Amino acid sequence: MGQITLQGVQKAFGPVHIIKGADLDIADGSFVVFVGPSGCGKTTLLRLIAGLEDVTDGRILIDGKNVVAVPPAKRGLSMVFQSYALYPHMSVRGNIGFGLKMAGLAKDEINRKVEAAAATLNLTPYLDRKPRELSGGQRQRVAIGRAIVREPKGFLFDEPLSNLDAALRVQMRIEVTRLQKQLGTTAIYVTHDQVEAMTMADKIVVLNAGKIEQYGSPLELYEKPANLFVAGFIGSPKMNFVTGESALQRGAATIGVRPEHLKIERDGAGGWPGTIAVAEHLGSDTFLYVDAGPLGMLTARYIGELSLHAGDRVSLVPDPARIHRFNEAGNAIRG
Amino acid sequence: MARMATTRRVAVSTAGAWLAGFLIFFPILWMILASFKTELEAFAIPPSFLFFHWTLENYATVQERSDYLHHALNSIIIAGGSTLIALLIAVPAAWSMAFSPTKRTKDILLWMLSTKMMPPVGVLVPIYLIFKTVGLLDSRIGLVFILCLGNLPIVIWMLFTYFKEIPRDILEAARMDGATIGRELVYVLTPMAIPGLASTLLLNLILAWNEAFWTLNLSTSEAAPLTVFIASYSSPEGLFWAKLSAASTLAIAPILVLGWFSQKQLVRGLTFGAVK
Repeated sequence: MGQITLQGVQKAFGPVHIIKGADLDIADGSFVVFVGPSGCGKTTLLRLIAGLEDVTDGRILIDGKNVVAVPPAKRGLSMVFQSYALYPHMSVRGNIGFGLKMAGLAKDEINRKVEAAAATLNLTPYLDRKPRELSGGQRQRVAIGRAIVREPKGFLFDEPLSNLDAALRVQMRIEVTRLQKQLGTTAIYVTHDQVEAMTMADKIVVLNAGKIEQYGSPLELYEKPANLFVAGFIGSPKMNFVTGESALQRGAATIGVRPEHLKIERDGAGGWPGTIAVAEHLGSDTFLYVDAGPLGMLTARYIGELSLHAGDRVSLVPDPARIHRFNEAGNAIRG
Repeated sequence: MARMATTRRVAVSTAGAWLAGFLIFFPILWMILASFKTELEAFAIPPSFLFFHWTLENYATVQERSDYLHHALNSIIIAGGSTLIALLIAVPAAWSMAFSPTKRTKDILLWMLSTKMMPPVGVLVPIYLIFKTVGLLDSRIGLVFILCLGNLPIVIWMLFTYFKEIPRDILEAARMDGATIGRELVYVLTPMAIPGLASTLLLNLILAWNEAFWTLNLSTSEAAPLTVFIASYSSPEGLFWAKLSAASTLAIAPILVLGWFSQKQLVRGLTFGAVK
């Protein structure tokens, strides 16, 4: 079991409020990603759950028990750090087994568990090596091995893939997701990479300036962003925001349209006319950055190849069913 | 082509390194050679490099005139004692500054370093008078005390930088793994800090061994270490180059050997933290 609940959790360092009251319900076995720009408090929130920082106010419940005063090791969670944080003087075996050794398990039981964890992560040939003799991906797997071997109630991942190169990151992303599903253990994963968030999460928590902006499934966030921040943060390239006449006509202060929901018309008069400033041809997609005069720069995405080039005049027509409306305060207008 | 250019560059830089090494080592080599010459040959012009009358008479004279072992023992006690006490004070100090710094930590560190900026001779008279009053002149305890205080800032600084290199994440990982403070110390921190501790110890030992200002001024015979032993050969009757060289060679031999054998440890300590 690993149900984690936050109730009015606050954290302040001196006069600076990092977390301004977080309420969250994380179901047992789910994969939750904390995402947000740097400095939004996502890592702090994770460290509060881990017990590496003390909460200023509020309660953290693990399986219904308030753990605010419980030391990190007794919370039954294990953590994978951004820097891997392997013990440099211990072998892979020593690293993975350290937590079990601290828990006072018998030597052969530790060995059995370490070997099982190593087998899951394809680390068996490296058990007697030191961390410095491993590649980045292997070190990361050792860090994960150290987390799974203790059979915790929950995994806490603090940007674990950000030190890996792009190709390895995609591969590890898939491995972590598969491992979590296979073990069925609750996982909280911090990242600033929205692609990681969208692809790995059952549910995403979008954080901004110490506040939870929205909590929902990846597609909920994509289709029904609660406010301008979430709308702008989720999705790549970014959602286009338009204010003024076009927004007012639709009864909103700001309207947002994702690049993939803009229809590109070569010389149509309808929609929003403009001149292509930059055209990016990826083969699979074409991205157009269009200077739409008073509306500013708009981004449009076309699936497949579109032979348009910088300087061409186009007209962008938003899909009426896919227009997001926001009020003065930046909150979504529903209905 | 490219490979040839690289080989040549390697050859040139190797030769350069050897030359620089030789230049640095030359005074020591010259001293060792001079210690085997007669007094006359020692300052002959042109100097003879290898083809002179090799003799051990200087060493015999030196041992006869002054008790080498007595001074060597003093050096060991003073250098070793001051280093150990400095480490005992510096480890917890550096530890707390590295792992739980406060607003004032930086200031304290700078203040410590600032004490090294003052020339020691500036406080020679007061220190001398204090030593005289409390009866510490020409005593090993007095020298241990003064050298320990003198090197403490450097020891704390070195240890502080080593401890700072230990990533916090690793300590937190150990906490997540259920290590208590005591076990964290034994299983994680100490093994990681050992190279830094070792190189600090060695460097401080060398500094204390070679320290001449305080030892020359505060001791005469009873507590006099090897520095005083060397200085005694620069006498009013004139400079005895060969005997002075023999005395110096004897004085630096132990620390040279120690440095030679701990080279690996020293280098490892100095590059500690380079591995990520």
